[in-house]
Order: sequence, then C-alpha cells, then structure tokens
Amino acid sequence: MITLTIDGKEIGVTEGTTILEAARMFGIEIPTLCYHPVLSAHGSCRLCSVEVVQRGWSRVVVSCLYPVAQGLEVKTNSERVLRLRRGIIELLLTRCPDSERIQALAQQLGVDKPRFERDEHECILCGLCVRVCHEVSEKHLLNFVDRGFEKEVAAPFYEPPEECIACGGCAYVCPTGAIRIVDGKPEFLWQRNKQRSGEKDG
Amino acid sequence: MKITSLNDLQEVREQGLALLHPQKIKISVGMATCGLATGAGKVWDALAGEIEKAGLDIALEQTGCMGFCQQEPIVSVQQPKKPRIFLKKMTPDKALELVSSLQNNAVNTEWILAKDESERFLIEDKTVPYDISEAPAVFADIPLCTDIDFYNKQLKIALHNCGYIDPGNICEYIAKGGYTALFKVLHEMTSEQVISEVKRSGLRGRGGAGFPTGVKWESCRKAPGTPRYVICNADEGDPGAYMDRSVLEGDPHSVLEGMVIGAYAIGSHQGYIYVRNEYPLAIKRIRRAIEQAREYGILGENIFGTDFNFSIKINRGGGAFVCGESTSLMASLEGKIGEPRAKYIRSVARGLWDKPSNLNNVETWANVPLIINRGADWYASIGTDRSKGTKIFSLVGKINNTGLVEVPMGVSLREIIDTIGGGVPQGKKFKAVQTGGPSGGCIPERLLDLPVDYEALTEAGSMMGSGGMIVMDEDTCMVDVAKYFLEFLEGESCGKCVPCREGVRRARQVLSRITAGEGNQGDIELLEDLALTLQDGALCALGSSAANPVISTLSYFRDEYEAHIRDKRCPAGVCPDLIEYYIDPEACTGCTLCARKCPNEAIFGEKKQPHRIDTEKCIKCGACIEVCKFGAARKRSEGRK
Ligand SMILES: Cc1cc2nc3c(=O)[nH]c(=O)nc-3n(C[C@H](O)[C@H](O)[C@H](O)COP(=O)(O)O)c2cc1C
Ligand code: SF4
Ligand code: FES
Repeated sequence: MITLTIDGKEIGVTEGTTILEAARMFGIEIPTLCYHPVLSAHGSCRLCSVEVVQRGWSRVVVSCLYPVAQGLEVKTNSERVLRLRRGIIELLLTRCPDSERIQALAQQLGVDKPRFERDEHECILCGLCVRVCHEVSEKHLLNFVDRGFEKEVAAPFYEPPEECIACGGCAYVCPTGAIRIVDGKPEFLWQRNKQRSGEKDG
Repeated sequence: MKITSLNDLQEVREQGLALLHPQKIKISVGMATCGLATGAGKVWDALAGEIEKAGLDIALEQTGCMGFCQQEPIVSVQQPKKPRIFLKKMTPDKALELVSSLQNNAVNTEWILAKDESERFLIEDKTVPYDISEAPAVFADIPLCTDIDFYNKQLKIALHNCGYIDPGNICEYIAKGGYTALFKVLHEMTSEQVISEVKRSGLRGRGGAGFPTGVKWESCRKAPGTPRYVICNADEGDPGAYMDRSVLEGDPHSVLEGMVIGAYAIGSHQGYIYVRNEYPLAIKRIRRAIEQAREYGILGENIFGTDFNFSIKINRGGGAFVCGESTSLMASLEGKIGEPRAKYIRSVARGLWDKPSNLNNVETWANVPLIINRGADWYASIGTDRSKGTKIFSLVGKINNTGLVEVPMGVSLREIIDTIGGGVPQGKKFKAVQTGGPSGGCIPERLLDLPVDYEALTEAGSMMGSGGMIVMDEDTCMVDVAKYFLEFLEGESCGKCVPCREGVRRARQVLSRITAGEGNQGDIELLEDLALTLQDGALCALGSSAANPVISTLSYFRDEYEAHIRDKRCPAGVCPDLIEYYIDPEACTGCTLCARKCPNEAIFGEKKQPHRIDTEKCIKCGACIEVCKFGAARKRSEGRK
C-alpha cells in the first residue's frame, strides 16, 4: 500500500497504480483524451498532466503513466496545470475545430477561440484506434505513418484492410469521430481524404 | 593473435610504435570526412601515385581530423631527425611537388602551418622529444603547434589520438597506450572500483543532458534483470555538429575501449553502437576496429584471457533527429517506430527490450579509458566545480578558424571564439553564438565571458548540448535564426505528443508571419505562451526545449522582434519581405554589370549613367550586390506602416 495526497486528500492505493487511476478511484476527475482503461497508456495528448511535488521539487507529469509513490503530493488543478491544459486544448482546437469532444473540453477549460489559424483535421492522433486494433481485436491492422505534422493513421498501403473483421472498436474509441461505420465497415480518414482529393483533381 | 598478457600487449605496442615512427619519411593525410570534403582523397591519390611511380621508400598513412578544418586538406610529414611538420591546404599539385621536394630537402615553407618537435603520450603523461638534430635552418621560424592560437588554448584529451594515428590500425592505438586501461580493469579492478573511479572523476554525459556517468552506470548495474545492455549513441543529429563523427573516424578504438570498460562495470555482455547511416566512413572505421579488436582478443569471449565476454553490434539509424533521444533510440534499435516514451521508469532499469540499459554518447565513452589510466583525481583537476574534463566543440559559422576544438571546461566562450576561432571574418561585428544544437539558445556578446560549464550555459538560456557552436555576425537576423531552428524541429518532431507536434508548428508559423512583415501586436505573448506549453507539456526533450531558440532570442534581442512586428523592418537586412534593393546613384559608375547579371531584368539604366532597380520586378536574390565592384548595389530595410 502506498499513501499519497491528491489535491490535499490523503489516499492509499496499491503499488503500480498510476496517478490517474488513483485519482479516479477517489472520484477526482482529470481530463483525458488518449487514455482508455482497457488499453495501454500512450501518454501523447498530455491533457491529463498534473503537478507532482516530491522532496520539495515540483514538476509536471502525465497522470495516465506516472506511477504513484510513497509520500507523493499531486496537484491536479494548480494554476500551472490549468495553464498547460488550456495551451494544449487551444492547439487541439486549432487542429480539429469541428470536433464536439474537443469543443466541450475547450469550453470546460475556458478556451473559446484559438488564437491560431484553424486547420481542418479530424484526427488528433491519440492512437486509441491503433491500440484497440492491436490490443483488443488483435488484428494489428492500423498504425501511424510518417512523422511530425504529417503523421497519420493508416493501414498498410492505404488500402482498406482485407483482414478487418469490422468489430467497430476503432470507431467506438475514436474521440473525434474521425472513424465512422459506413455499411457495417469502418471508414477511415485516409479513405475520405483520398476521395476528397480525387473529387478536387477530377 | 589474442592478447592475454602484458607482454603480448607490449609486443603489439612495439609493432605500433614502429609504424608510428618508421625510420624513414612518413606522410599522413588527414582523411576524416572534413578532410575528404576539401579534397584529401585526391591529395592521397596523388601522393600514392607519385611515391609508387618514383619507387620511393616513403610510408603513407591515413589519419583522422587534425582539428583545423579551415586549413584542410592537412598533411603531416615526419622525416628522420627533423621536426614533424603540418602542411595546410594541400592540393594534388602541391602533393606532387611535396614528394620531389622531400627528396631534395626543400619543402616549401609557405605551406607549413606548424611543426611539432615532440610527441605527447597522454596516457603515460610523458612527452617524447623527436630527434631534430638535422632540422633545416628554415624551420626555425615555423611556429610550434602549441604556439599557434588555434591550438594553444586547447586541451586534447578525447581527441588526443585524432590526426596522430591510423584509425584503421589497432597497433597504433595500442602504441599510444591504448587498451592498457581495459587490461588494468579486467585484471586488477572490481566493477565497484571502476564505477567509483568514474563517479569520482566527475565525468558527465557529453550527449547533451550532462548526467553523471558513474551514477548512471551504478543504477544500471544495480537494476534487477538480465541481460543488461550497453549502448553508444552516435546518432549526432545536430545541424553543424561533427564531434562524434570525428572521434569515430579518427580514433574508434577509444570508444570501443570505453564501452568494454563500461560493460565490465555494469555487467553487460552485449553492446550496440547506434550510428547514423549518413556517416559511412565512421561506420567503416568502427566496423574495422571491431574486427581487429576481435582478432586481438579484446572483444568476444575471454577478453584479455579473462572470463569476461562482450560483443558489440553496429546499428545504422535512418537519420531522424529524434532517434538520438534515448528512448527513441532504443525503440529504433528494437526495430520499432523511433518515438520516445515517458521516462518515469528510466532506461537504466527498463530500456532496450525492457532490460536494464546504459546509453552514453561517443565522447563520453572516449573519455573513460583516460580516467582509468590517469585516475579520477587527474580528471577532476581539469574544469570547473561542477563540470569536469574537457568538451569538444565544432566551431562553425561566421568564424575565421572553423574547426573541431577541445577545450577544458571553464574556458570562456570569448576565448573559444576570439582566440581559438580567430574572431569573426571580414571585420564584421560579432552578434551571437548558438550553443546546444537546434534546441539550444543564442548567447549575446555581453555574456561571452561565460565559462563552458553545464550550469552556466543553462542559466544563460542555452545549454551545453553535444557541442555544436555556431557563430553569427551582425548580418544575422535573430528572428530568422529562431525561425530556422523551429523549422528544423518542426520537421524532426516525431509527432507523438500534442505540444511538440502542434506547438512547434504554430510557433514556427507565428515566426514566419513576423519575418514576412505580417506580425501582429500580441505575437510575442503568443510565442511565450507556446513556450510554456512546450516546456511543461512535451513528452521528450526535443519538444520541451524546442522553445529555447525563441526564448533566448526574445530575451536578448527583443528589439529585433519589435522592429519586425511594429515597424515591419528587419534591422539586419535579412528577411526578404522587409528589405528593398537599391543602387546608390553617387557610387554607381554605370558599368552595366549588375543589369546583365540580374536574372529578372529588374535593373535598367544607360551605360555610364547611374542605374536603378525596379522594385516591382526585383526578386531580392542579391546578385547585384555580389557583382557590383563599387559597392553601389545595396539593400535597406526602412520599414512600412
Ligand atoms: C531530440 C534529442 C536528440 C538527441 N540526440 C542525441 C545525439 O545525437 N547524440 C547523443 O549522444 N545524445 C543525444 N541526445 C541525448 C540522449 O537522449 C542521451 O541523453 C545521451 O545519449 C546520454 O548519453 P550521455 O549521458 O553520455 O550524454 C538527444 C536528446 C534529445 C532529446
Ligand atoms: S482516428 Fe480517432 S482514435 Fe484514431 S488516432 Fe485519430 S482521433 Fe485517435
Ligand atoms: S490521457 Fe494521459 S497523455 Fe493523454
């Protein structure tokens, strides 16, 4: 058993628990986007960031990955944390201005309009679909392609994967609705993008 | 032959010494990548051809970078009973002349950069004078290497063999005292003793973060689980940096020896060298070094006749900057996407294939044998309070003496730039020096007395980094510099975490706008907000330090940002959208050269009459300024409303 404090509340959890799990067990809400309880944590959206103080030294960590430690002091709502979350959600709102989930989170965090020129992306690259396909369906059909801002989710050769069993897991976990079920099969973003650019060229 | 005793080692050493100092003329050509880029290969061909044609008994050897890249190709010549001389800026023609002049004893002294009258054996702490009883009188005026500014402020430790030995021959490394540290470690020291020595030396990682090396080794040794891995980071992705490449090309055995010592201390039997594929020569040299080390019983089973086994594999990286980051590097080694992971559980506990893994930089490894040989106290006596030993920098940019320099920690930046580097060329004014690689910072003139020290550089908003040092003169626009580094980082971000993927891009877009004259009030605050999101939010140090170029230029050159944003003016006259080319009618002689050179026919005027530039047609390529002999073609940035 490890005891720590989260937002001043002293709690005890078993070793190996993450801060996020511990917080949720005790009803403390931390926003997340790339986390799902049945999947491995990815630590990429950084929205679940919290401040931890240990031996008088404070730093920001992502709660979905950080393991609890004896005597740890966690602040889930400090000004530093809120400021970071606002910064992150502003970036996501710039990328995916039409996503309802992002809009709702932005509103919660008090960000109404991003200060950058908006993009028209649908996917935030949280990787939930990739992990569902690997870890739950065990089909391993999706992965990331390319890097940086060019990064996207795709199946090999940008083809609709033949081995897809249409379990729908990817569409179910997708926070932005980038993956849809059309005619009983998932329709991926790259397919729509291909179509769109085809229409433009034609 | 497998070396198992000190006698064996001594025997190889004798062979090596005979090669290092043959009783005949010996010519060594600096053939690291820097030398080859300036034509050392052709010089070598000319020398080899001429020596063979004339049937001369001259030893010809390849060696590594001698540091003074500005003067390359450099060739060193040893003649019996004469000082060793270093010839600069060699060409194939000069090489042919050299061979014949050596025959009649009349080397053109104008080619000589410097001479050596003795040789350092750093490991044994001795200087052996050469026999110079027949030194020609004309050599008297030639400066000793240690007397020229470029070399005399330097202290070559990690580079002590570079440019002196043939990196392709293990005997020469051994001749200089190589592998004696490993022999001592394996035969006389326990792992704990090795770790304690490295800890006491104060050696810190040379790859950027400056983590204490001995402490890292100890944590890895103590971590539960086997096997343990030892890895050398030779990814070197910083633009303009070539320290690690030069060490691998010039003295690969020093890195191998360091790694075997580390492996013994940590209890590892398998090592990896992760080296970028863009370093073909370095790869060739380490490959050869590994083969030779195996042959001599220094890698593989029963090293030096003990029961210690250790092998090294080479892994070539595809050239992604982020793959130099420890966790990305390990993912890439495993054959996965080169993306970092959170380091809440450190790689020393769970790294490569989830096993305890110890990663160190090339230069870090190369320091290890010296610490064992000369002792922790000696090593710790060099440098400052918290930064011990030396650091290699690649000194590039607007500097007279471009080169690879190794200085004791604590030397001031000013000494490196003004004394070693010979200052800024063409009488221009120094503006800033960028240290720490793309995510380092720019240090202005008034802070040049700062010492080379991990903490001091960090406090100044930059960092030690791996050793890139880019000098900038007054013609540099600092907003443009920040934009350049952010463009680099935007392209190299792996794209996994939101702050880095999105934040660096937005910051770069803001900078692009500012340099295009479309900056708005509030842009500086926007950049500062993005910097905070990056610092606190990014997954790895690529993103968390990506704001450094912006923050450091903002804090030291804020007025330049303001000039761009408020007055739409680029004070350094760099940003194309904010400058205008014109011809000074007073200075123009009407020679018509510029009008003929202008690619867009934007210059008009009668012969012998002042010319003018049609600013609508001008594409701001600068061709007119380049060709005008009278300095009449100029550019200005007067700002617009
Ligand atoms: C984006 C990024 C790139 C890096 N590139 C390199 C590199 O090319 N070479 C290197 O030795 N260390 C590099 N590092 C630092 C490594 O993560 C690591 O700290 C270092 O290799 C450890 O060795 P050391 O303790 O001997 O310095 C990089 C770090 C980051 C964040
Ligand atoms: S498609 Fe949806 S689930 Fe997949 S990475 Fe993008 S946002 Fe996440
Ligand atoms: S939920 Fe933790 S980083 Fe995304």
